[in-house]
Amino acid sequence: MRKMSKLVRQLLPFGSLILIICTLSALKPDTFLSTGNFLNVLRRSSVNGIIAVGMTAIIISAGIDLSVGSMMALSGMVGAWVMIVIGGTNPQGAALVIGTFVGIVTGLACGFLNGVFVTKLKLPPFVVTLGTMSTFRGISYVMNAGKPYNVPHYKYLNEGVVLGIPISVLIFAVIITLAGLLLRYSRLGRYTYAIGSNREAAFHAGVNVDSYLIRIYALTGLVVGIAAMITTSRAVSAQPTAGVTLELDIIAAVVIGGASLSGGRGTIIGTLIGTLLISFLRNGCTLLDISTNVQLIVIGAIIIVAVAVDQLARSKAAVGQTE
Amino acid sequence: MIATTHRNRFSDVEIALRMRGISKQFGPVQALSEVSLTVRRGTIHTLVGENGAGKSTLMKILAGVYQPNSGSIEINGKQQRLSKPGEALAAGISMIYQELDLAEHLTVAENVFLGMELSGRLPFIMDHKKMIAQTTKIAQRFNFKIDPTAVVEELPMGDCQIVEILKALMRNASIIVMDEPTSSLSESEVAMLFELVRALREQGLSIIYISHRLEEIVGLADDVSVLRDGRMVHSGSMAKLDIPKIVHYMVGRELKDFFPTRNVNIGAIRVKVRNLSSGNGVENISFDIRKGEIVGMAGLVGAGRTQVARALFGIDRKTSGAIELDGCRLEISSPTDAIANHIAFLTEDRKRTGLCLELPCSWNITLPNLIAIGMKNIIKPGRENKIVTNIARRISIKWLGPQAPVDSLSGGNQQKILIARWLLAESKFMIFDEPTRGIDVGAKKEVYSLLKELAAEGKAILFISSELPELFGIADRILVMRRGRLVGNVNPQKTTQEEVMHLAAVEALNEKNE
Repeated sequence: MRKMSKLVRQLLPFGSLILIICTLSALKPDTFLSTGNFLNVLRRSSVNGIIAVGMTAIIISAGIDLSVGSMMALSGMVGAWVMIVIGGTNPQGAALVIGTFVGIVTGLACGFLNGVFVTKLKLPPFVVTLGTMSTFRGISYVMNAGKPYNVPHYKYLNEGVVLGIPISVLIFAVIITLAGLLLRYSRLGRYTYAIGSNREAAFHAGVNVDSYLIRIYALTGLVVGIAAMITTSRAVSAQPTAGVTLELDIIAAVVIGGASLSGGRGTIIGTLIGTLLISFLRNGCTLLDISTNVQLIVIGAIIIVAVAVDQLARSKAAVGQTE
Repeated sequence: MIATTHRNRFSDVEIALRMRGISKQFGPVQALSEVSLTVRRGTIHTLVGENGAGKSTLMKILAGVYQPNSGSIEINGKQQRLSKPGEALAAGISMIYQELDLAEHLTVAENVFLGMELSGRLPFIMDHKKMIAQTTKIAQRFNFKIDPTAVVEELPMGDCQIVEILKALMRNASIIVMDEPTSSLSESEVAMLFELVRALREQGLSIIYISHRLEEIVGLADDVSVLRDGRMVHSGSMAKLDIPKIVHYMVGRELKDFFPTRNVNIGAIRVKVRNLSSGNGVENISFDIRKGEIVGMAGLVGAGRTQVARALFGIDRKTSGAIELDGCRLEISSPTDAIANHIAFLTEDRKRTGLCLELPCSWNITLPNLIAIGMKNIIKPGRENKIVTNIARRISIKWLGPQAPVDSLSGGNQQKILIARWLLAESKFMIFDEPTRGIDVGAKKEVYSLLKELAAEGKAILFISSELPELFGIADRILVMRRGRLVGNVNPQKTTQEEVMHLAAVEALNEKNE
């Protein structure tokens, strides 16, 4: 009984993904079923997917990070600003490399800050990241008086292709593989689940909870930094408005993927499926000429259905037990 | 004499509850087979049995949570079909579960009237005055002392039980089921609870009382029913029974060697604690534990026993004091340090501070031990499973496998998961805080044997317990705590339980009176 509902829980998002792909293939065989379109969807997924990987770890630890969107804007802005400071108004070569590095480190620092606030000030993650969401966004606007930084030659992360695969998709693949392995086979991963399941118990079992939480938030900052540079490259400019309401899509993907907001549960595979599900859905809606406004309605409904089914399966499993 | 009154009382008017031929199956598991239970009006009827014997299932059927596959239920002479909890409540059955079911932020009166609030003249506005007045009235009728306006989370555990009882009374309960009501109470609160239960009996209510603490039911219960493996193996007057007989019915064998004997082989001083104080009320504690020695720690709830353990294990900050292990001074400021220095602490509250309930058993067992078993950098699930399975076999954990989530296990087996964790840690100094709380007789015996075994391996053991019989049965020496201080260090062979109780409690009463 328990096993079966567990299977349903795990297969449901995957089944829905397949269903969406099949439906779209049937409705729009020529436009949807092309390598170009698939690569396009994957490329669009990569930014969200990379951030969702970090968010998965945070949510498994029973936390949340609302600041990822703002953090992405700030990291991009800092990165592009450094490029311009070093390489002038039309930065090239080494300036781009250094800027990329600084942008990623900015993300890491932002995440680290979130982690420190959550652990050392003993504030709920929701409150801390609600605050930093506003602060990071504010700094992004202030940096260039609300205007973007243009970096016209910063194209590689978006346009670069290795063995026919876009570089951003490759980065996504590497990050998701690494994160999956870390969560499953490292102490960090094990402790993440333990902290999320029962923080007090983890502490009593000798887990240095504060230190590990800081690492989890900082690593999320790191991947947000990477996503920020891909986004910057895509627009060949860093926008202070980048990633507004992005956190909602990310959290949705993680939750659809089966992670529990109360912690202790979630997988990288689930998050990957959740991310792809949302991306294909958006792609399909566009191909079918459904407005973005309606897309919002559909995605909202899917989140509620996904969580409801999950809860249902869980309570069934609970009834299935005897004493 | 007793037998005749017993029979006379069995007229139909005097029967509050008659469950007949109750059977219940969960899939292939026969949880109850043909169980009959008769509870007389105005009596305390105790229901005992090992974990998994079917007590909870039977009571959940009575509460309308489960439906029996066969059998009938008669309440106050009326045949009842209890297909949901609301119907059981309406028929006069109230359940008080081990983990109390109170809204902590509300007042006593609000809890008592929860779900049946009295409204005042305006709709949706509660009439607090009336609710408080009625709560006071009913409390006075039973001579309960409680402030109806107090917020529940600020009440001691014993008073929370009163609130649950008042809740039941306000719903016109005629039968109250209490599941392990004393498991989190101090001795004085237990005495108070017994008074309450007797007062309920005086008023003609019937109480079904489930307990693992056989000592306490002897003086309390009128009748006793014993379940074993889903069958009722004995039901009758308490007067004819004593603890060994009840245990015999429960486990189907005499437990002559309930506390295993051993050749005590006590070595050099292993643990030396000097002038330990913590911000959490521990004052100036000093003691030694030798290799192979089991040192018991007695005291009332709130005496600071767990706080001593917490200070030793680095959970609470020490304000002064030194800890030495095998002659080396330890600097411990967190559980991480304590574990690295070979100290283990089995917590008394396994749900809150012990287990990650939804995670696999194996993860729970290896959680503090990943570095010790050579998985500092990479976890090897195959090897982990093998290690965990070995240790589970040693203490015979019943599970569906190492990957089963801990919350699929029974209470006793959950406790064994925590014990397995600290066995694996191969600690030198082990602190066991109430290791037998809420587990059945068979599992208790296993814990006792294990303690002896660990001592025989040369470990130093600090055994905190609220049950004096087990301290006297197991410990080589007993430390007595009172109000954060050590007030006694006695040899159980040369003293009595009464004396230890006196040390732990009496002065406390005097201090209160001052």
